[in-house]
Amino acid sequence: MALTAEHLNLTIDRIPYLDDLSFTLERGRLHTLIGRTQAGKTTLLRTIAGLQRVDTGRLELDGESFLAKPVWERDVAMVYEQFINYPHLSVLDNVAFPLRRRGFSVDVARERARAVLERVNLRGFEERRPAQLSGGQQQRVALARALARSADVLLLDEPLANLDYKLREQMREELRGLFSDQGGAIVLYTTTEPAEAMMLGDVVLVMHEGRLLQAGRPDDVFDRPATTAVAAVINDPPMNIVSGAIEDGLVRLGGGRSLPVPSHMRGLAPGGYQFGIRAVELELGSDDDVVGTVTFSEVSGSETFLHVETPVGPLVLQVEGVHGFALNAAVPVAINPDRLFVFDPDGRLVAAP
Amino acid sequence: MMSRLYLVLKYGTIVLWSMFVVAPFLWALTTSFKTVNGVTSGPTYLPWLQYEPSLSGWTSLFGGTGGIDIVQPYLNSIIVTLGASTISIVLGTLAAYGLSRFTYQLAFAKNSDIVFFFVSQRIMPPVVLGIPFFLMLRFLGLLDSQLGLIVVYIALLLPIAVWVMVDFFNNVPRQLDEMAMLDGCTPLQSFLSVVLPNSLPGIIVAGLFCIIFGWNDFFFAFTLTFTQTQLLPVAIVALNSSVTPWWTLSASALISVTPLVVIAILVERFLSRGHLAGAIR
Repeated sequence: MALTAEHLNLTIDRIPYLDDLSFTLERGRLHTLIGRTQAGKTTLLRTIAGLQRVDTGRLELDGESFLAKPVWERDVAMVYEQFINYPHLSVLDNVAFPLRRRGFSVDVARERARAVLERVNLRGFEERRPAQLSGGQQQRVALARALARSADVLLLDEPLANLDYKLREQMREELRGLFSDQGGAIVLYTTTEPAEAMMLGDVVLVMHEGRLLQAGRPDDVFDRPATTAVAAVINDPPMNIVSGAIEDGLVRLGGGRSLPVPSHMRGLAPGGYQFGIRAVELELGSDDDVVGTVTFSEVSGSETFLHVETPVGPLVLQVEGVHGFALNAAVPVAINPDRLFVFDPDGRLVAAP
Repeated sequence: MMSRLYLVLKYGTIVLWSMFVVAPFLWALTTSFKTVNGVTSGPTYLPWLQYEPSLSGWTSLFGGTGGIDIVQPYLNSIIVTLGASTISIVLGTLAAYGLSRFTYQLAFAKNSDIVFFFVSQRIMPPVVLGIPFFLMLRFLGLLDSQLGLIVVYIALLLPIAVWVMVDFFNNVPRQLDEMAMLDGCTPLQSFLSVVLPNSLPGIIVAGLFCIIFGWNDFFFAFTLTFTQTQLLPVAIVALNSSVTPWWTLSASALISVTPLVVIAILVERFLSRGHLAGAIR
C-alpha cells in the first residue's frame, strides 16, 4: 500500500527537472521533501498530481499505474505555495467544492466542510469570500479544502513559505496534529527549511538539482548525511565543508592546521578528504586556535551567524546570543575534531561523528 | 498647496472634457424640439424663451408626417445586434479559453498565430468584404434578412470577442483551473464551474464591444439589405432627402444612442479591476 516511483525523468530545454527519481511513499506516513528552490520539488508534486507529464518512468499507487490517469481521476489533493482559492465562492463553499464534485449532497458537503473549517480554526469565517481574509487565513482555507475530501494522496508545496515568521511557527505546530488525523493518506510536504522537514516528517527525502539524494528517518538523515550536498541542504546555515587530508595520524586542514585523529576516523585510509562541521558546533576559541577575520555577521532570532575567512577556508559560526562583531576583526575559531564529518573527494560520506 | 492645484486641474479638465463630450447631445436634444423656423434662426438653446418648442420631430418617428416609422428598424437592429453578439460571445469565449490554456499546432500555425488570424479579420477595411458577403448571402438567399445580417455580424464580432477574452483568460491564474481539476473537474467542468464564474468582467467587456460595433455598423447594414430588413443607422440616413429634417434626425440620433448609454451605465461597475482578488496571492 504505497505510492511508488521508478526512474522518473523529465528534461525541459536540456535542464533536468527530474533526474532518475525512484522512491516509495507509504500510507499513513508524513514525508517531507527538502530541497532548495529549483531542486525539482514542485515539479515532482505536479507529476504526482498529474499536472506535469514526464519523459520516462513509472508511477504506481498500490500497484496501479498512476501516470495514465488524468488529474481529475486521481485522488490527489494539493496545497500550493501561493494561496489559491475560488474567488467566487464563500469560504464554506470553497471547502465543500471538492466534496460536491465527488457526489455528496449540498448539505452533507457543507456539514463536513464546517467540521474541517473548525479543525483549521476558521470557525465564524464560513460566509466570507477568500479576498476578505488575511494571507494566513486564506492558506487555512486552501488547507481545509485539501483535507476535507480525505484524498489518497495529499501534497503540500511549501504551504507556509508565504506566511510571516510567527504565523509559520504557529501553523507548523498545528499541521502535525492535522496530519495525524489523515489516517491512510500518503502525505508529501515540501519545504526549504531543515527545521520544518525534521520536525514534521516521519520520513525525510532530500532533493537537489532534480535528483533524490537521500531518504530516511529525520535523525538518520541529520546524523548521517549521505553526501556534502545533503549536508548543505539539511543544515541551516549549511554545513561548513573544508578540504584536507588524513596523514601521519593527523587530520590536516588548510593553513598548516593539524588536529588529532578522533576515534570515529580511525578506520580511514590516509589520503585527501573533505571535512564537514555544523555551524552550531564551531565555537569561538582561544589564541592557539585557527584565527580568521570576520567578513559578515548577521543576527537571526537569538543567535548570531558569523562568517569568518580563515586559513582553513571560509567558515560560518552559529553563536548563541546577539553579538556585534566588527568587520575584519580577528576571531579565533575552535574546531572540535570529534564533531567532524568526513566525505571522500567525490562528496560521499565515509565517517560521521 | 500642491494638492489643491492638482484638484483644480483635475476637475477643471474633467468639466472641460465633459462639456466637449456632452455638448453635441444637448445640441441634438434642443434641435429635436425645433421646427424649420427654430433651426434656421441662428444658435438658440432655450425653449419658449428663444424658440417655440414642437414635438413634431419626435412624433414623426412614430408614424407622424414628414418622418419614418422607426419601430421596425429599431427592432431589426436589436435582434441582429443581440443575436450576433450573443453567439459571438459564446463561441469567442470557448475559443479563447482553448487558445489560452491548450497548445495547438495547425500546420505551421501555433496558438499566437491563430489568435492573430482572428484579429487580422479586423485589419482589412470592411469595404473589401462587402462584395464577397453580398455574393455569399445572395447564394444563400439571405440577402435583406435578419439571419443574413446576423451571420455577417458574427464574422465581424467574433474576432473582437476572441481577442478580448484571450487577453482576459491569460490573466486568470492557471492554478485556478488546476485546482478545479485536482478537485475532480474535467477540463470542461473546470471551465464552466470555476473559470467562467470568475470571468464575468471579461465577458461583459467583450459583450459591450460587440454590441457597440454591431449597433453602430452602417456599411454592411446598407449594402446587404434593401427594404425588408432596414437597420436603424440606415433608416436614419434615409431621412436625409432634399430638405433635411434636422429635428427628426436629432430625435432619431438620440433614440438610437439611448440603448448604448443605458448599457454603459449598467455595466460600469463591472469594468473595475480587482475582481479576481482572492484567487491567488
